[in-house]
Amino acid sequence: MSNAMIDEARALDGPLFIGDVEFTSRLIVGTGKYATNEVMVDAIRASGAEMVTVAVRRVDLDRTKEEAILHHLSPDEFFLLANTAGCYTAEDAIRYARLARAAGFNEFVKLEVIGDERTLLPDVHATLEAARTLSDEGFKVMAYTNDDLITALRLEDAGCVAVMPLASPIGSGLGVVNPYFIREIKRRLEVPVIVDAGVGTASDACITMEQGVDGVLMNTALAAADDPVRMSHAMKHAIIAGRLAYLAGRMPSREIAVPSSPTAGMLD
Amino acid sequence: MNETGTIRVQVNGKERQIRPGITVGALLEDLELQPGMVVVELNREILERDSYGGVDVSEGDTIELVHFVGGG
Repeated sequence: MSNAMIDEARALDGPLFIGDVEFTSRLIVGTGKYATNEVMVDAIRASGAEMVTVAVRRVDLDRTKEEAILHHLSPDEFFLLANTAGCYTAEDAIRYARLARAAGFNEFVKLEVIGDERTLLPDVHATLEAARTLSDEGFKVMAYTNDDLITALRLEDAGCVAVMPLASPIGSGLGVVNPYFIREIKRRLEVPVIVDAGVGTASDACITMEQGVDGVLMNTALAAADDPVRMSHAMKHAIIAGRLAYLAGRMPSREIAVPSSPTAGMLD
Repeated sequence: MNETGTIRVQVNGKERQIRPGITVGALLEDLELQPGMVVVELNREILERDSYGGVDVSEGDTIELVHFVGGG
């Protein structure tokens, strides 16, 4: 992020530390599913995100090299967070994480072990197993998980540098389906809690941040918007708005009106 | 080596005939891949990037060449 609004946000909110790396933006964005690489880069810049996720895949030897994300996104400009998306076993996720680390950028990994194709819900047992192994190997694991407190606690115990419960299923755009569990996870963990997946539009992002979490990770909400660049601007504002509203402390809600103007001093 | 003077290896899940006595580094060059842009796994072992020029590819090897693509 690099404008007056960001300076303002910085003055009102502290930085986000994930595994000793300092971030100003609380928005982490994916790089998948954009119509073109140009739109992706413009959208990511508009979002103000500093950390961006990437996937590890086979080089397509029969096609153009244009698919390599590093041709479009400079690792000097963005902090690359490799994911293990598409992995259904701990063993596969560990293999992908090791390949990602061998690319030589950092030791962070967004650990994702999927347990079900229809919902893309995580296999939390396999995620925990992989998180332990990878943390032991020196990885800084940011673990995608269900909105389940016990798993979140175990992932923290396993050494994860961030725990990332879903708002709702990946790519669903349903928003936070269980704000209570998200709040409770945030209350109970010491490592950053980043809500990952399910945010559909700016209000979802804002409501998510209002739960007190440290950040939000999103991809489809930006990439699948009619105008990804404009939606990225919206999300940047929404994340800051939700964060500041949380820090500010909202007024109590009540189901009866209370006048804002004095009741005294009215004319006869 | 077979009668065509090549060796058979699996690269990214597909069989390829390549010239014998080739190193991983030379294979990447033949495939027009920049070493800095890919990670190489040879028979399930990840290779250090600075070792590509010193590791030979042998008949029957399984090679995976991966890189970063867009993802969430």
